[in-house]
Amino acid sequence: MINNWPLAGRKTALRQRARIIGNIRQFFNGRGYLEVETPHRIPAPAPESHIDPVPSGKWFLHSSPELCMKRMLAAGYQKIFQICRCWRGGERGSQHVPEFTLLEWYRTRSDYLALMDECEVMIQTLAADFGMGEKITYQGQHINLTSPWERVTVEEAFRRYARISVGEALRQDLFDELMVREIEPRLGVEKPTFLYDYPSERRSLARLKKEDPTVAERFELYLGGLEIANAFSELADAEEQRKVFESERETRRSLGKEIYPLPERFLAELEQMPPSAGIALGVDRLVMVLLNAETIDEVVAFTPEEL
Amino acid sequence: MYTASDLRKGLKITIDNEPYIVTAFEFSKPGKGQALYRTKMKNMITGLTIDRTYREGDTFEPASLEERGMQYLYKEGDHRYFMDNQTYEQAIINEDTLGEATHFLIDNLNVKVLMFREKAIGVELPNFVNLRVIKTEPWVKGDTSKADYKPATIETGYILRIPPFVQEGELITIDTRTGEYSTRVKE
Repeated sequence: MINNWPLAGRKTALRQRARIIGNIRQFFNGRGYLEVETPHRIPAPAPESHIDPVPSGKWFLHSSPELCMKRMLAAGYQKIFQICRCWRGGERGSQHVPEFTLLEWYRTRSDYLALMDECEVMIQTLAADFGMGEKITYQGQHINLTSPWERVTVEEAFRRYARISVGEALRQDLFDELMVREIEPRLGVEKPTFLYDYPSERRSLARLKKEDPTVAERFELYLGGLEIANAFSELADAEEQRKVFESERETRRSLGKEIYPLPERFLAELEQMPPSAGIALGVDRLVMVLLNAETIDEVVAFTPEEL
Repeated sequence: MYTASDLRKGLKITIDNEPYIVTAFEFSKPGKGQALYRTKMKNMITGLTIDRTYREGDTFEPASLEERGMQYLYKEGDHRYFMDNQTYEQAIINEDTLGEATHFLIDNLNVKVLMFREKAIGVELPNFVNLRVIKTEPWVKGDTSKADYKPATIETGYILRIPPFVQEGELITIDTRTGEYSTRVKE
């Protein structure tokens, strides 16, 4: 006698989820990546204006394994990947659970453009295993997966879909709102879209473009309007990185949010990191797209409300 | 005081001094950006729906709505008068605000009046109300050709469909949530 029918009803989705994760491992193992595990509990999270770490004792649950994985690059590891749970406080919606699964991979001597190519091949490989080599249908949208995928700069996306330029949006503090309301729903609709070259104000841990330092070498991947991944050509200048962290902390302070200690060990070792690129991909979201699930609740074993 | 992270379906908040109820809600967060709370809200006085997007840190006053047990008294022009069962104070509500509730307001009916800042903004009716049929076609016993429901006018002027065997002058029970015939009342 089963009482928990919602959980029992997810059996097919969870089997397929496990299969997708197995295939991700196989893909990276086959390309010479080393699977790593870094601690979930860390003493100093990367300062981010709008990501709230979840405290765990005097430390924090990581919101991404980024800092530890980059320290590995600095220590001479060249191609690494990790699939792990991450935590972000207060994030709950049809596409968010506060504890979720990230796939991150990093490679040295590489940049964000090479990661776009690799990302494209990986998702094509995963889709092919589900018998959907050319096309997937997500919430009524038929997305053509054949190469090349669409590549649109942030500047161009604002020009096409928003009513004001990206510069104006930043000045009026409307960047995020226009992104959510006007731009994201139109991305990855016919083909997957790489939205790239973010304004330097939104660089995060990305390096600025040599030819045009007003933008950062950062991209996000969208499928059917859903944000799937975020990637950088990694910033390897410790001084510059410290300034970015300080300004993120300043934003947090002005929003009345808690401030955390700076990740000093990460900053100290960053100088030894060769030019590298890294990407974080939301596994739950990717499973949503491949299984045509409307909400994240359909592809996880338990939602926080069910605990 | 509520903050944006308290927003959810059914929450009642005050905007520009008017009460609103959240009817749809979605949390979104563009990559590395700030959290946005997209809502649809219905003005509880006018019934109009608006779209609003809030950011983390935004705060709201709760809409403190009070329910008072009252009795329906009478109609004057396009206003309806109610009396508080405890204080005997009167409340007046415009027919536009009452909407479909006017179909079922019969003298002495006990209702719950929704109060916002001492102003009556609506009523909650009992689920079932008895009303008399004042006009409908007669039923000829044994006539199976007219087995379908027939139109009938009740004492408030509201027209609905009732079974063929119900006669003019009879009392019927109506489900106020659907506005449909429920049963015939034996007197």
